[in-house]
Amino acid sequence: MRIFDPHIHMTSRTTDDYARMAAAGVLAVVEPAFWLGQPRTGPGSFTDYFDSLIGWEPYRAAQFGVVHHATIALNPKEANDPRCRPVLDLLPRYLDKDRVVAVGEIGYDSMTPEEDDAFERQLDLAVEHDLPALVHTPHRDKAGGTRRTLEVVAASGIAPERVAVDHLNEVTVGMVRDSGCWTGFSIYPETKMSPPRMVEILRRYGLERMLVNSAADWGVSDPLLTLETGRAMLAAGFTEDDVDRVLWRNPVEFYRQSGRLDLTGAGADGDQPTFAGSSIKRGGS
Amino acid sequence: MTRPERLRAALRGTPRAEWVDAALTAAAERPETIGRSFTQAGRRAGRTPLPGVPGWTADEAARALLLAALPADRAEAEIGDLYRHGDADEKRAVLKALPALAAGGALSSAAGLPLLHDAIRTNDARLLAAALGPYARHLDQAAWRQAVLKCVFMGVPLTAVDGLEERADRELAAMLAGFADERAAAGRPMPADAAALLDRLTREES
Ligand SMILES: [Zn+2]
Repeated sequence: MRIFDPHIHMTSRTTDDYARMAAAGVLAVVEPAFWLGQPRTGPGSFTDYFDSLIGWEPYRAAQFGVVHHATIALNPKEANDPRCRPVLDLLPRYLDKDRVVAVGEIGYDSMTPEEDDAFERQLDLAVEHDLPALVHTPHRDKAGGTRRTLEVVAASGIAPERVAVDHLNEVTVGMVRDSGCWTGFSIYPETKMSPPRMVEILRRYGLERMLVNSAADWGVSDPLLTLETGRAMLAAGFTEDDVDRVLWRNPVEFYRQSGRLDLTGAGADGDQPTFAGSSIKRGGS
Repeated sequence: MTRPERLRAALRGTPRAEWVDAALTAAAERPETIGRSFTQAGRRAGRTPLPGVPGWTADEAARALLLAALPADRAEAEIGDLYRHGDADEKRAVLKALPALAAGGALSSAAGLPLLHDAIRTNDARLLAAALGPYARHLDQAAWRQAVLKCVFMGVPLTAVDGLEERADRELAAMLAGFADERAAAGRPMPADAAALLDRLTREES
């Protein structure tokens, strides 16, 4: 099984995770810029974080044969802090980088006017930079938040097939499918979505425009729940090709719209000099 | 040192030469355009090895030429800025371009030194290797020895170190010997190139 995790926060994970992921077939990941748990207080800590997402983290991933891309944005939660908002002016520089394949995560947390503004401005940036957008839906008031999300997306003029609306569930999947946007599902050990529920959704709505991710981060999460979902699909009678479509070809198709997806080195042995001619793996000793 | 003229001639033979020519003209006339052209060079000029210029890829060559095309009064500030905000490929291209930029007068001789220190501080083998080209002659001996030892530690081949034979000294030999002892204690091999260097330095002394 080859797996592309279209939403995972590897900055928060260890090298053990990379090793287990690579062994399980997770050969490509996209890491969206998001909240770090501890609120940031100024643009400098954002740019250091963005630099890490396009510098150190892809380098670290390559040591394990995992290809890493990023999405860059000011997340909705921190869009509410006036000390962080100047980050919006620094985004264009990052949205031009080779390994940046979308604007994200954008969207709503508490649905404030500040979030409206940041969301709209960043959808515009996606259009200007010819990038897809990865949109987070709120954990509270999810149905209302998702409805409003779709209205803002429609008003922005970005093509729906260039937008993935994420963290969906049984209640919100229908309206997002009707909008023509991609539907993302975060499989979590306890909250959000489980592998059996995901399989039911795939049965009911089909495989088209479906994205399955672990959204693993610094919270209770598991980077191998994509694999679990693939196994649950097989157990439920889906074919190997169905699994490959959902867990590999779909995310490739979505992010390929950036024109920047480069999967060279996916699955390569990290001990081989695969990443621009050098390996650091043994240097950690 | 690889001269800009040589890079430019080699790029002329590539399918993306037209983009490179336009970007170079723009960088000379409107230096503010280099922010985007420098970042996009990989996608626009390609990343294949440059025919006839070993050790250089098309994007690195395009980036080095863009830096060299900047007007003299803007070069130093822009070069620092592009390094600071660059991803790893962009940073590496700046580092590789430093010797020619200094020779061409775009940089006052040691102005790129802070960039070398930054690259050597990282744990990115590609940046470390790129920092130890000919421009590393501006590093003081203590910083240079530490950087060479870091190469050994991180498994960066010592062929990356320009002028190694001339510059390696007794102090470096002592550091390598200490490292060899640690490796022996851990039951792990010393990289062959480092062992050979240590051997040479020790023999010269006796
Ligand atoms: Zn996330």
